[in-house]
Amino acid sequence: MLEVAGITTKYGAISALRDTSLTVGSGEVVGLIGPNGAGKTTLLGSVAGLLKPTGGTVTFDGADVTGAAPEKLLRAGLALVPEHRRIFVDLTVEENLKIGGITASKSDRAELLEEMADLFPVLRDKWTTQAGFLSGGEAQQLAIGRALMSKPRLLMMDEPSLGLAPVLVDVVFELIESLRAAGRTLLVVEQNASRMLEVADRAYVLRSGEMVAEGTGAELLERTDLFDTFVGG
Amino acid sequence: MTELLQNLIDGLGRGSIYALLALGVAVIFGVMHLLNFAHGEMITVSGYAAYWAFQQGWSWWIVVPLILVVSVLTSLAIDQVAFRRVRGADDFTLLLTSFGVHFVVFSLFLLYVSASVKNFSRPGWVTDTYKVGSLRIEVFDTVVIGVTIITLLLVSLLLQRTMFGLALRAAAADFDTARLMGVRSDNVIRGAFGLSGLLAGIAGVFWLMRAGQTTPSAGLDPMLKGVLAALIGGLGSLRGAVLGGLALGMAEVLLRSRLPDSIAGLTEGVVFLLIALLFIFRPGGFVSVAHAERV
Repeated sequence: MLEVAGITTKYGAISALRDTSLTVGSGEVVGLIGPNGAGKTTLLGSVAGLLKPTGGTVTFDGADVTGAAPEKLLRAGLALVPEHRRIFVDLTVEENLKIGGITASKSDRAELLEEMADLFPVLRDKWTTQAGFLSGGEAQQLAIGRALMSKPRLLMMDEPSLGLAPVLVDVVFELIESLRAAGRTLLVVEQNASRMLEVADRAYVLRSGEMVAEGTGAELLERTDLFDTFVGG
Repeated sequence: MTELLQNLIDGLGRGSIYALLALGVAVIFGVMHLLNFAHGEMITVSGYAAYWAFQQGWSWWIVVPLILVVSVLTSLAIDQVAFRRVRGADDFTLLLTSFGVHFVVFSLFLLYVSASVKNFSRPGWVTDTYKVGSLRIEVFDTVVIGVTIITLLLVSLLLQRTMFGLALRAAAADFDTARLMGVRSDNVIRGAFGLSGLLAGIAGVFWLMRAGQTTPSAGLDPMLKGVLAALIGGLGSLRGAVLGGLALGMAEVLLRSRLPDSIAGLTEGVVFLLIALLFIFRPGGFVSVAHAERV
């Protein structure tokens, strides 16, 4: 479904990502792990259109989408839950979700809103609250719900468990499990490597802008040589 | 007391026009982080359109919608010709571009139309007044205030109730994330220029009705008022822009009637002094807006 082939992305003269490749198949849950500053967010940003790679190609459903605009990629079926959630704090919960469903027709949007309210009961209770007043866990659920509103065929999440209390981290991973059970295709960046490897079909390990390992979750969990990479999350 | 009340009503009329101008400036700033020094050009261009229309013998009934249409089209054209080419550039580049647009429009009219003042007739009722108790109220101010209230209500409905309004607010809060959610950046920016042009057009109708003339630099004064009012209100805040416009109008009227005759000519200067004081104590203006960091 998604094929990233040898992309390089630079901030000025510094390459944050060098010749990096990755694939995500339909229905797969793929993890992307690695220490801080490894280039995980840069990789997702390069795929979602926020950053323009200077080399390599991004192919989505067979079409070359390298360097395409984010709003175009979303319409192609690719959504990103950005790092730090980036919900619209001045907008209400409902308005945040509506923005997520901007590509849907009015009636579809109403249906999707109902679906999200069922999927995230905490949000239903705060429907007309300004999103800035939500707790971290609620905000994360809103960020994920907002991305789901576009009915993405590939959902990418950047550090969904970051900054959450342990019990809320559980909620996020349960959500990933349930999305996977529903047959969704996911690409998830996580610092919480061991948890991620447990739920992922496959995972990639990124370090200093380069892929250093790839395999099934179980395989990678046994790679003790990568242990220093996992530590820190 | 009566005099104060009289000043407040006069100030409200003047401030309403400033509020409409400031709102247009704030809409563009919110979405693009552009302080638009070309905001007055819509009034310059529609001023000449009005002059041309009167030459054809048209009446104000046709000229008012003409001004609105010309203002919106000018705003969209400025975006298309100038700002579209510097999308994504840093704020300073955008600011300089807006200065450039101002000078280009000014020079075009200077070179190809005329440097002299073009006069047209003002509607008869502009100078009419009516009495409420001991207050003498201008028909013009009454119309301005009424139209402004209706405009503000409609704009607020647009922003709160429509998907375009929602997209505009989301884009103003965090442009990149809005795009990630599928908000089309070009549509939002074009929509913002259209809305800003319409607001400038409404203000322009009143401005031109009262002035009864236009020159190549006719847009300079309304632009300054709009930008100043938006700054006073707190850049990026729409509510602040409206408040800033009203405050600026009130301050001008109050000072002009209260300052001793010897320095009454310095009203503008005193207004700037007050604004400087405001920024010392509240650098963000009336309503401070926290902007999401852009990546």
